[in-house]
Amino acid sequence: MDWSQLDLGPLWLTLRLAGVTVLVLLLVGTPIAWWLAHTRSRLKTVVEASVALPLVLPPTVLGFYLLIALGPYGVIGGPWASLTGSALAFTFSGLVIASCLYSLPFVVQPLQGAFEAIGTAPLEAAWSLRASKWDAFVTVASPLALRGYLTATVLGFAHTLGEFGVVLMVGGNIPGKTRVISIAIFDHVEALEYQEARILSAGLLLFSFVVLLLVYTVNRRLPLQVS
Amino acid sequence: MLTRIIAPALCVLIVMLQTPGAAEEVLVAQAANFSEPMEEIARKFEQATGHRVRISAGSTGKLYAQIQNGAPFDLFLAADQRRPRLLEEEGLAVAGSRFTYALGRLTLWSRDADRVTGDGTAVLRRGDFDYLAIANPKTAPFGSAAVQVMHRLGLEDRLSNKIVQGENVAQAFQFVFSGNAQLGFLSLSQVLDPRVSGAGSRWDVPQDLYDPLKMDAVLLSRSERNPAALALLDYLKGGESQAIMERYGYGRGR
Repeated sequence: MDWSQLDLGPLWLTLRLAGVTVLVLLLVGTPIAWWLAHTRSRLKTVVEASVALPLVLPPTVLGFYLLIALGPYGVIGGPWASLTGSALAFTFSGLVIASCLYSLPFVVQPLQGAFEAIGTAPLEAAWSLRASKWDAFVTVASPLALRGYLTATVLGFAHTLGEFGVVLMVGGNIPGKTRVISIAIFDHVEALEYQEARILSAGLLLFSFVVLLLVYTVNRRLPLQVS
Repeated sequence: MLTRIIAPALCVLIVMLQTPGAAEEVLVAQAANFSEPMEEIARKFEQATGHRVRISAGSTGKLYAQIQNGAPFDLFLAADQRRPRLLEEEGLAVAGSRFTYALGRLTLWSRDADRVTGDGTAVLRRGDFDYLAIANPKTAPFGSAAVQVMHRLGLEDRLSNKIVQGENVAQAFQFVFSGNAQLGFLSLSQVLDPRVSGAGSRWDVPQDLYDPLKMDAVLLSRSERNPAALALLDYLKGGESQAIMERYGYGRGR
């Protein structure tokens, strides 16, 4: 096996996709998780169920809906195409949108759990000391929810790394744009290039294990400051 | 006490695990793109012989890997010649049982009625589209045929940044059918499907622009003496099967 022949492009693309996805999800997921942790609205269960949907739906179902929604006649792809001049399927942006939906519960649920564990007491104390709501969130709630943020980041990142079915449906397997590592591995197996498949698979396995090991180690050491 | 519960439970389990009439049954591992004609052929075969046919459709590469790892198939209907030949060489298929059962036909198809007019090379040369969908040329025969056509027309470089790949020709079809790609090199059988036919515009690629898409079948070694498998192999070569294949957009194999 000639190591220089092994194409590492899909690996970098996957890392970039997972990174961008987690950043977007932390931004979008925080307000959702915050609302879920504090609301008394009847809609809470509906939103919770919707957030958890990607956990149970086969990725191909999600991918199939996205292929139609992102396309030039779709609810997302149509407006996007008239704004930017090109449709979303087969693009990196399209993959980011798909991955955000796919990994949503892995970011929102740990954050919601963390916010719920903090409860309202520390916040009320901060408010009574005239901290604004935003100030209380940034300087009191966020540090207390550090564990939740760490878990959310790592799970969201790792889950996006392993994404396959959704990308298969909307990606189009374009080198450098949408050929992620799981697709590359699938291709190698299909083409009977077991050696390359073995190396990439082992790499992904090792990487995922190390990441999870790190999280659990750090999580054990992080003091639980709540209470 | 315990035996009173366990014994009937075991009996039920044993009954449930048994497959009825296993001797008269043939389990076919078959390339997914050939599903529709095969279902009709299987129906006719069952009526004619009384044997039962069960079909497991998948990609040729995946089925090949499954057979290598002991999957309990009797017949392998591939979308190419390579995998059946490999099985023969590896001793997993009966030597000499391999034959070409059908020929795939390539077509350039668009959902838009006025996009592909007359000679399809015109639209390829104009390039007034965003995406051209093909099947993965590394793994899917229809994909490598598409690449051959573009190469022989001298359009490989010009089209390279418009190409999107489906894992197989079925997925390439989804890309075009959903409107995400405006054009695609597909299997004629997909476009002739009654749920699609009449819609859009197409150019059936002349056969001299790509090597024949020979699809081979092979009898697997474990089923050398399965009468149903042998009968189905014969039936596939017969006139009735070949006529069904033509109706579904495949060429005659032999």
